[in-house]
Amino acid sequence: MAYTEEELKKELETKEYEYGFYTDIDSDTFPRGLNPEIIRKISEKKGEPQWMTDWRLKAFESWSEMEEPEWANVNYTKPDLQNISYYSAPKSKPKYDSLDEVDPELLKTFEKLGISLEEQKKLAGVAVDIVMDSVSVATTFKETLAEKGIIFCSISEAIKEHPELVKKYIGSVIPPKDNYYAGLNSAVFTDGSFCYIPKGVRCPMELSTYFRINQAGTGQFERTLVIADEGSYVSYLEGCTAPSRDENQLHAAVVELIALDDAEIKYSTVQNWFPGDKEGKGGVFNFVTKRGICHERSKISWTQVETGSAVTWKYPSCILKGNDSVGEFYSIAVTNNFQQADTGTKMIHLGKNTKSTIISKGISAGKSQNSYRGLVQVGARAKNARNFSQCDSLLMGNDCGAHTFPYIEAKNNSAQIEHEATTSKIGEDQIFYCNQRGIDTEKAIALIVNGFSKEVLNKLPMEFAVEAQKLLEISLEGSVG
Amino acid sequence: MEFKEKLISSHLAFEEDLYQNDRVAQARASALKVFEEKGFPSKKEEAWKYTSLEALIQKDYALFPKSESSIELNEVKKYFLYDTDTYKVIFIDGVYSPFLSNTTHDGLDVCLMSAALSKPKYRQLIDTYFNKIAPEDDSMTALNTSYAKEGAYIYIPKSVVAEKPIEIIHFSSGNETALWLQPRNLIVVDENAQVQIIERHQSLKEHPVVTNSVTEIYVHQSAFLDYYKLQNDLPSASLIDNTFIVQEKNSHASVHTFSLGGKLIRNNLRYFHKGEHILSTLKGVTILHDKQHVDHATLVHHAQPNCESHQDYKGIFAERSEGVFNGQILVDKIAQKTNAFQQNNNILLDDKATVNTKPQLEIFADDVKCSHGCTIGQLDEEALFYLRSRGIPKKEAKALLTYAFANNVLESVQLPSLKKRINGQIAKKLGVNLGFEL
Repeated sequence: MAYTEEELKKELETKEYEYGFYTDIDSDTFPRGLNPEIIRKISEKKGEPQWMTDWRLKAFESWSEMEEPEWANVNYTKPDLQNISYYSAPKSKPKYDSLDEVDPELLKTFEKLGISLEEQKKLAGVAVDIVMDSVSVATTFKETLAEKGIIFCSISEAIKEHPELVKKYIGSVIPPKDNYYAGLNSAVFTDGSFCYIPKGVRCPMELSTYFRINQAGTGQFERTLVIADEGSYVSYLEGCTAPSRDENQLHAAVVELIALDDAEIKYSTVQNWFPGDKEGKGGVFNFVTKRGICHERSKISWTQVETGSAVTWKYPSCILKGNDSVGEFYSIAVTNNFQQADTGTKMIHLGKNTKSTIISKGISAGKSQNSYRGLVQVGARAKNARNFSQCDSLLMGNDCGAHTFPYIEAKNNSAQIEHEATTSKIGEDQIFYCNQRGIDTEKAIALIVNGFSKEVLNKLPMEFAVEAQKLLEISLEGSVG
Repeated sequence: MEFKEKLISSHLAFEEDLYQNDRVAQARASALKVFEEKGFPSKKEEAWKYTSLEALIQKDYALFPKSESSIELNEVKKYFLYDTDTYKVIFIDGVYSPFLSNTTHDGLDVCLMSAALSKPKYRQLIDTYFNKIAPEDDSMTALNTSYAKEGAYIYIPKSVVAEKPIEIIHFSSGNETALWLQPRNLIVVDENAQVQIIERHQSLKEHPVVTNSVTEIYVHQSAFLDYYKLQNDLPSASLIDNTFIVQEKNSHASVHTFSLGGKLIRNNLRYFHKGEHILSTLKGVTILHDKQHVDHATLVHHAQPNCESHQDYKGIFAERSEGVFNGQILVDKIAQKTNAFQQNNNILLDDKATVNTKPQLEIFADDVKCSHGCTIGQLDEEALFYLRSRGIPKKEAKALLTYAFANNVLESVQLPSLKKRINGQIAKKLGVNLGFEL
């Protein structure tokens, strides 16, 4: 394990949500509610071209006819979408040349989050596009990336400066009509990240963004678009933490990945939105649509560590359209207290010789409910499609639940599909073994959980893996009875 | 929706010519209401996502056959497992055939549902068992309940071991152009008792038949039920089979389903546990071709600690056939030390064959061992090559491997003559004669 016992002890003492603070920055906030007028205003505020405004309005139109889905295995009070302010941006918004010019309040926030920009500039070569309440405020390493022809900026900037790319790809993987929350996002998204890797370029550093929900009562509607042109490679990290808030906050993001021929995209997420307190009060609703499309011989790999949010509803998917394309999904979902997670993936095999791997680890503790819901679909023309799925659940305590809902649809006789799932608890003998070697129960559990999740943790980039391990332990703290 | 209207309006005529038992009449009336409200299940419902009844209910069916049809014994003899030494409850077009049947009241009851519903001596049993576990909100079950009248009634008293297997066979004669049958069976296996039952639906001529059958089974403490469903009907016949089983402590209930023929088959098989140390076995072999469609929807509800369940379904799909497996294991919070296992293996032989499978686990207890596995694939090329290199022709080699694939299920069949018969049917289905018994 990456850190010592004392550190763990300290962590455990301060086990309340440690990122639960609120930064008082002067914000520019719209009145609550949603109508075409608000959408026009958002678009106008962001100085968007007409086609974008039209696109948003069209999305709003189709969204108005949709109903909120109810099939997921989660229970919650539906958020009142008319009681949300759809735009909130930090007011002082000039582009900074150096960090000294950044609002000191904001810097303090980052410090508490453990991302020191100065340090990161030097360290590891991670370029950070920090999104705080929907508007990108700091971008580093832009120049290094620009040299290679890589575009990494906020999506609003991309709409202005690279309209041809945005126009071509936005909504191409997740059309606004796809589902209720994707439709909502398409209409009202305020910002997000945009990334384009040109032909044959291997992105020299891990690109990462940090999302936070900050302003009380604002829903966060992020839009991410990653395009990897032919033969390119990119690894993209996304991490989330959010301050404690009493009322439920809504987070409905859309992430679209496009891997053109021979390209590879690795997308890693650590999600740690505020999960609500021990009584299940508050917490973030995380209704996210993530999907990638693979062209010939390309590869998309999703890795996620989900520890936060009161309600999670998220299925990062791959459409394996091109021949010989590969889709991967590695996930750890941890739920504690009253958290509910319904997460999984969809692998749609359309091309020949397509391969997909699904490894999902669910850990439920406290009074939480953790579901895996996945679809493996092999189309009639997907010759020699191959899938391997493994879903393991670990139950801790007697009040939680673990559920598995895999859907497997094969329309081709050359398909080879394997699915296996297990549910178990941590063995008493395993804990006993650790105990008799002087490892206390809490630590033993951490060890075992770590071993249980190793397959997925290994897939994370280094920086994330350390953080994720820590997160796992904090989230499961006190769940052993 | 015309046929639905007919079902509802015909009910009046049906109820009129029945004797009165308040509770049963009431059950019928309220079930009809449920059906009226819900109608036939559509693909929009999660449980019917992969199976559509749309094409079936477009047609019109006769609900009450006009005349009693008689069948010569020689005509149907081949469908009997044994000539003489079984109890038989046989129906032709839904009407009991005393000539072909062999019922008993000697030590155990093997008789008719209509008798059980009407005769006062069965009153108490009917009050205790009839329509107690069939779910009220399921529309196909409700439809059956509203027309519940005829079927098999089997009661095995305490510590009685039925010395002969019981065959329940429903023939449809083909005298009606199209027929809709709704048999209702009730089976009670009392403490320590044992019974083996074989159920079969068979049409004698090609004509549209839809059977919507409901069977309620009670397996009491330490009792043993061994149930076989043989589904090898003509391609014009469809079956919606609903079987509900309640088990008490230390009991063992096993259901084998062999789906080899028919147009559309839907098997709803549900188990409920009411005591500890219960063992439930659900096994099935499905071999389809043409445009056949078979849907296995199973549910094992673990509601008590220390119980075990095993599910093992094998499917082999050729041509344009479609297989669905929709298995569910539900483990309640108090059902600690549950050991539940579910497996579904499928082989697709042709390009156009489809398999949709959805094995589900819903677990609320922490000290459990639950797992499921499911695969879709082909016969092992290397194994095939091995056999062929030893001089076995390709077709036979494939058949051998297919046998081996299904063998896990076949080997637990307890009736030798049934096993032989099923082996024969599988060989016929695969179009080979291996020249030896498996």
